[in-house]
Amino acid sequence: MEIQNLQEGGFPDFDQTLKNHGLFLKRGETVICQINLGLLCNQVCKHCHLSAGPGRKELMDLATIHQVIQFQKKAACEVVDITGGAPEMNPHLPVLIEEMAGLTNTLMLRSNLSALYDINDPGLLDLLVKHRVTIVASLPSLNLSQTEGQRGEGVFDKSIKAIKLLNDMGYGKKDASLVLDLVSNPAGAFMPTPQAVAEKRFRRVLKDKWGIVFNRLFTFANMPLGRFETWLKKKEIFETYLKSLWEKFNPCTLDGLMCRHLISISWDGYLYDCDFNLAARLPKGNLRTHIGDLTNMNFNNQEVAVGNHCYACTAGSGFT
Amino acid sequence: MENYYNPEDLLKFEEVGKDAPELAKNFFEYYGQVFAEGDLTAREKSLIALAVAHTIQCPYCIDAYTKGCLEKGSNLSEMTEALHVATAIRGGASLVHGVQMRNIAEKMSM
Repeated sequence: MEIQNLQEGGFPDFDQTLKNHGLFLKRGETVICQINLGLLCNQVCKHCHLSAGPGRKELMDLATIHQVIQFQKKAACEVVDITGGAPEMNPHLPVLIEEMAGLTNTLMLRSNLSALYDINDPGLLDLLVKHRVTIVASLPSLNLSQTEGQRGEGVFDKSIKAIKLLNDMGYGKKDASLVLDLVSNPAGAFMPTPQAVAEKRFRRVLKDKWGIVFNRLFTFANMPLGRFETWLKKKEIFETYLKSLWEKFNPCTLDGLMCRHLISISWDGYLYDCDFNLAARLPKGNLRTHIGDLTNMNFNNQEVAVGNHCYACTAGSGFT
Repeated sequence: MENYYNPEDLLKFEEVGKDAPELAKNFFEYYGQVFAEGDLTAREKSLIALAVAHTIQCPYCIDAYTKGCLEKGSNLSEMTEALHVATAIRGGASLVHGVQMRNIAEKMSM
């Protein structure tokens, strides 16, 4: 959904801000292939830009997965990033991992941790280890109330247990090739803690309190789309939040934005410049294209579709 | 003037420098240095500032440092504990003067 009524807040839309700074957002070399396996999820997170949840039926089918594999064979992206919803809940995930492992340098799985813990599938865990799949896991806060306020009751304990399980399997150790990265996003309508500061504290507290370790921590601002947009509007702070993102607009972030180097493939096989544009239904280059219809894999210099949610990626040090 | 305190005025803080720019410059530089990472982290300093803000009952400071604490990774439990530290010191400061009261009363009483 396109964000409306911006003039009420007294600031320009994102496209205008780019023009005001004499900037253009164009694609560079595509190095990341992000695959959204569907909107089915075991959690109903208040910040979810895709409004994923247990009631969602959208799942990537096997035929589309094979089309994605064919795409990667030609595109040879350095990183393949599997996301959702909870990708663990798509029954075709093992097929995708098996096939993709030999086609990329880094195969990455985004996990909300509780799905991995609840599904408790030793076969899937062995597969992740076998193919050295990097796990990027969500842990918004070191505090139970903040985490569960955002992600639901019981999630904090499961998240800690899932990290312990991954550590036992060899994930997250300093010298190991099994990488476990964490992602922290604010438990509300405020800016994230600077990444380096948050990483230092997470590392100390997780080790001291629970004896668990990880490799890197990424922080990012919540995206004013989907369920988070609804929450902001219900609280009557949607404009205030957008304005605070606009006030922190940093033109220096543009070169490093992930949308310049990533192609996002939705559960039904359509292409987007990023997962947020998928949520906003803004197709790649504003032209709805299915992966099965692609004739040219080179997207260099094509225009990136933008909306006002893009302010979340350009605030402060940016979301790369 | 309908209210002595307006939320928008917080954003106009730097206007106090209009008629005494050098003093304001020095103050804001000092302010920035005080809140930078040091032996105390910026997060810990924000928690102290939040507690002091409640002690001096400054609505601008409460607004700014509630947000500041959250953005620096603090949670409501830590922020409430910080507030209780300020409250305990403030209450304790009143109560400890009870010794003075007792000294005077005892001197005057049979």
